[in-house]
Amino acid sequence: MIRILACSLLILATLPSAQASEPGSRIWATGGVTSIEGSAGGGLVPWALLSGYASDEEWGGTLSLSQAQVDNYSLTVQAASLNWRNRVELSVARQNLDLDTLVFVLKDGFGLEQDELRQDVFGLKVRLFGDVLYSPWGQWSAGAQYKRQRDFTVADAIGARDDSGTDIYLSGSKVFFASIFDRNLLVNGTVRATRANQGGLLGFGGDRNNGYQFMAEAGAGIFLNRQWLAGMEYRQKPDNLSFADEDDWWDVFVAWVPDRRLSVTAAWVNLGDIATLTDQQGLYLALEGSF
Amino acid sequence: MRRVIRPHTVVMIFIFVMTGLMTGCQTSTTSQSPDLYDQLGQRSGIAVIVEDLLFLIVDDGRINQSFRGVNVEQFHRLLTDQLCELSGGPCHYTGRSMRELHADMAITDTQFNALTENLILAMEQNRVPTGAQNRLLRKLIPLYPDIRNL
Repeated sequence: MIRILACSLLILATLPSAQASEPGSRIWATGGVTSIEGSAGGGLVPWALLSGYASDEEWGGTLSLSQAQVDNYSLTVQAASLNWRNRVELSVARQNLDLDTLVFVLKDGFGLEQDELRQDVFGLKVRLFGDVLYSPWGQWSAGAQYKRQRDFTVADAIGARDDSGTDIYLSGSKVFFASIFDRNLLVNGTVRATRANQGGLLGFGGDRNNGYQFMAEAGAGIFLNRQWLAGMEYRQKPDNLSFADEDDWWDVFVAWVPDRRLSVTAAWVNLGDIATLTDQQGLYLALEGSF
Repeated sequence: MRRVIRPHTVVMIFIFVMTGLMTGCQTSTTSQSPDLYDQLGQRSGIAVIVEDLLFLIVDDGRINQSFRGVNVEQFHRLLTDQLCELSGGPCHYTGRSMRELHADMAITDTQFNALTENLILAMEQNRVPTGAQNRLLRKLIPLYPDIRNL
């Protein structure tokens, strides 16, 4: 599956421009990249940008593959999205979390034989108003992510209440031209209402808290030139389960966008404590193709 | 509550402070920009950029129809003057206002993006430094609502 996706990404990226027209008319890198939940954004946070490069008379989309390798876990995400006229974004992401070390904790503590957690995320994002480059007040979008666990045994055992849930978010993004050192600065803020534990991979709701809570998420990046963007992201998280403390996430990223067809993102991610395993940090890599 | 100050909180504060600084800085850095005009190669340099821009427009199916029947020589002179003036040069744009010019053209975002893209490419062809490109774009962005007739 991963190999097929990687191949199709490469084919997309190498299609001669004579055959395939440009993926869209929006300016380079203004589609962001694909976040781990499939919505356009940074790596960890959805931004107000819609995926790919479709402008108001066009449609387009993306395919992406990403992997985060932290101390005791590895997360693989395959995602696809469609963008209709830079107004509506539909996305789907399949997350696969390899439990590595946690396998033993689950076996000894709960008698569970489980070596991975899988989740599907279906996303909808609507651009409400504004343009990230041209509007003085930036671009604003609202979105929803319906998440469905494919393996609920573990989440159930550690106290999660539900195997599916929906996050709702409001996001604002703006590029400030010729900012520090005359470089363009991208700023994003997102507020998310959620019940998800570790983004949903550990289920929804818990014994400590079972209701929706508002979480603040933010990101900022500097365009070194039109092909390179470097920045940071932060994502506040709920802490619903007494089984293990849940930490906020952050990352430092570099994205390379050689042209509209392809983007490569590398990041250092810090996911904090996850299911009793402390201080999970590591490398994140993502490949995205746009059509 | 249980939560004390953690590294994540520090990162978040850092992002906000940096954002504040950067956005605050931009007014001070760009207002003292006497050399943008020079970085664009003065009026003669700008004239070459505009000429390259016109070649790109002619080749661009998204927007070349909108330029049909335009007096190319006059368009070239007016746009060169306009960019020269915007970049702080000793020129004076004598054409009609942007809103008046585009009032009946129903310019779409796609077309606006196409023109922005071509301008960036024209500046790249003429080796205008990234910082100078960004500063010129910053001065052009306020024209967006007039051109889109919003």
